[in-house]
Amino acid sequence: MDDATSEQSGQEEIDYVELDDIIEKEFGSDKENLIMILQAIQQRYNYLSEGALNYLSEKIGVPISQIYGVATFYATFKLKPRGRNIISICRGTACHVRGGQRVFEKVENDLNISDGETTADNRFTFETVRCIGGCSLGPMAKINDDMYGRLSSDRIEKILDQYE
Amino acid sequence: MKIQSEKDLKYIRQEYAKTLYTPDVTKVNIGMAMCGIANGAQASFQKASEAFSGDNGISINKTGCIGFCEVEPLVEIFENGKPRVVYKYITEDKILDAIQDYRDGTFNKKWIVGQMREPHSILEDDIDNPLANVPLLKGIPVFENIPFYDRQVKIVTRNCGYIDPDSIEEYIARRGYFAFFHALNDLEPKQIIDIIKMSALRGRGGGGFPAGIKWASCAKHDSDRYVICNADEGNPGAYVDRSIIEGDPHSILEGMLIAALAIGSSQGFIYVRHEYPLSIKRLITAIKAAEKYGLLGDNIGGSDFSFQIKISTGAGAYVCGESTALMSSLEGKVGRPRAKYVHTVDKGFRDGPSNLNNVETYANVPAILLKGAEWYTSLGTEHSKGTKLFSLVGNVTNSGLVEVPMGISLREIVFDIGEGVPGNKAFKAIQTGGPSGGCIPEKLLDLPVDYQKLTDVGSMMGAGGMVVLDEGVCMVDIARYFIEFSKDESCGQCNPCREGIKQMLTILTGICEGTGKEGDIELLEELGSMLQKFCLCALGTSVANPVLATIFYFRKEYEAHIREKKCPAGFCKALVNPKTDKPKN
Ligand SMILES: Cc1cc2nc3c(=O)[nH]c(=O)nc-3n(C[C@H](O)[C@H](O)[C@H](O)COP(=O)(O)O)c2cc1C
Repeated sequence: MDDATSEQSGQEEIDYVELDDIIEKEFGSDKENLIMILQAIQQRYNYLSEGALNYLSEKIGVPISQIYGVATFYATFKLKPRGRNIISICRGTACHVRGGQRVFEKVENDLNISDGETTADNRFTFETVRCIGGCSLGPMAKINDDMYGRLSSDRIEKILDQYE
Repeated sequence: MKIQSEKDLKYIRQEYAKTLYTPDVTKVNIGMAMCGIANGAQASFQKASEAFSGDNGISINKTGCIGFCEVEPLVEIFENGKPRVVYKYITEDKILDAIQDYRDGTFNKKWIVGQMREPHSILEDDIDNPLANVPLLKGIPVFENIPFYDRQVKIVTRNCGYIDPDSIEEYIARRGYFAFFHALNDLEPKQIIDIIKMSALRGRGGGGFPAGIKWASCAKHDSDRYVICNADEGNPGAYVDRSIIEGDPHSILEGMLIAALAIGSSQGFIYVRHEYPLSIKRLITAIKAAEKYGLLGDNIGGSDFSFQIKISTGAGAYVCGESTALMSSLEGKVGRPRAKYVHTVDKGFRDGPSNLNNVETYANVPAILLKGAEWYTSLGTEHSKGTKLFSLVGNVTNSGLVEVPMGISLREIVFDIGEGVPGNKAFKAIQTGGPSGGCIPEKLLDLPVDYQKLTDVGSMMGAGGMVVLDEGVCMVDIARYFIEFSKDESCGQCNPCREGIKQMLTILTGICEGTGKEGDIELLEELGSMLQKFCLCALGTSVANPVLATIFYFRKEYEAHIREKKCPAGFCKALVNPKTDKPKN
């Protein structure tokens, strides 16, 4: 894939030395650490690419079918590239009864994407999470690593403006 | 320094008790659990740290969450020999003014929750209260006596909000690790188990299985045994485990150490959900500190007991909170539960005997060992002893963390501690037990908090989420909400769960959207009882509870949706709102 297309789709060349660092140095190539290795790879590359998973499979000796099994079982893992900013709207019970749905719909309408999708300009990926544990502050959302509580549909609009 | 004996602990305790209770400086403690941080506590911490960077007369510290989440960020300020004052809503723009307010002795009532009078934990009954001779401030409520706190008993939250969670020394200063050394030096494994059995401590993760019996079953094996902590807390509406970890991680490590001694284990694991990054960070810091002091590792305290703890993270699967699924996930695999005719205490993680307990269960253990089983059983009801920690949230005036003795009534929790429903709305129900629980209506609010009593009314104690619902919440929608949750979270391996949930969701969605028909309620009941009987794991067998409980207590609401196409709560958009006589949308 040439540079222009890879940038557009949010994909990034895999640096195998860096992957080795994660798999070997951080997690001792231990099969039992598979979930944490996948998390670290996703943290680094924003998603789990086919190339990275194939490499991992050989490296730790777990069949690729099993790795895909794990990667598709757990909600955290994404097999498609994601946008520059990741919005996670909390759908926990307390957020739900405090009007979380309105915040959800506001984001959906404003960005014109639904749960799991990325905007055409790659600026946002919209996700939901089942309770972040900030229930007293509901409705809550997390944008990248920042937490926001006591949201309303007006406030979320202003907050989104801060993310390029 | 490696801690070798109780004498070493006493030395550290003395040193750090001074910084906790009689400091030479103005102490500013900023509540910085995740919820405080989300409300701006980090920014005020930075601001205060910068403003006083050259000032030796003040120290800016972080603590965990003291529980009153509603008025966060909370900041406590005090000086030796002077009152300890807890300020509320202290964001970045107010932090310097709050410090000024304390130093000037103005004590602006509008900013203050109360003055703390009992800073000691329940374990520090061996020393005098440092505030005994400090005069009371006039006109400022006593922190411990405000409605939110006066019924609480802090055992598992004994240090939350009172110490820097990253400081092992401050934990020790409040008699931390003394219970472990007592167990190591004075007790045989069997004696430890007997104490836990006598305390009648039951698992706080939802099931309520007696911890002592579980430990004993695991201890009888000879092969490598594992001590595992369940910090998956996937229940929506519950954040009690997060609060304990973020406020007092060492209490969990100490509980696990004692369990390991009793069971004869040298390897421990904590399985934390990855949605809790701060919890993971604080646990890692705590484990490193404990290793540095020789409280984890080889030959602990110079004995032949060795124990290590490793952290493993989940990846967003609620079902991994279930014991067998958790152990499979710990092995790096897909988290699908298995049938439990072989118990995990016999064959669990790596096919070895494994003892799994919840965060809150472990946090109780050091207190029980220090204060005795008799003390513990003096709190609570016949079948439920000690305290239970709840996150009281939803449509309630005082939301926050509440640790109450078992046996307290639900009414007291909602209306005394929580001060009822805000905004002139009427109370409708409380939801406990998350997706496995039910909704308890107003008429049953005098029920005591007790494992059996809550199960009898179709709900359950659960892991600690207590969500208050007001009249604006539609009970059909709540049932639909939980079923939708469970549809996403079912692991899909057994038919009744995978297919049954999906059918229930279709029916419930139809009712909410105005296409419900006669017979739907009965069909839901039939499906529900099928799921209760035939699913493989407890996710499936309890998944219908929110539906069955809402049908049982709020059947009229279902009927209004189906027969009159009305949503009495005015929530469902496609249906007529009885107040306006128009569809919501
Ligand atoms: C679907 C499902 C999810 C569960 N989630 C949790 C959880 O997040 N935390 C927890 O401690 N227990 C959870 N449990 C209960 C555990 O299976 C287990 O009973 C508990 O961790 C044992 O510890 P305890 O005896 O100290 O409560 C869950 C059970 C089921 C069926």
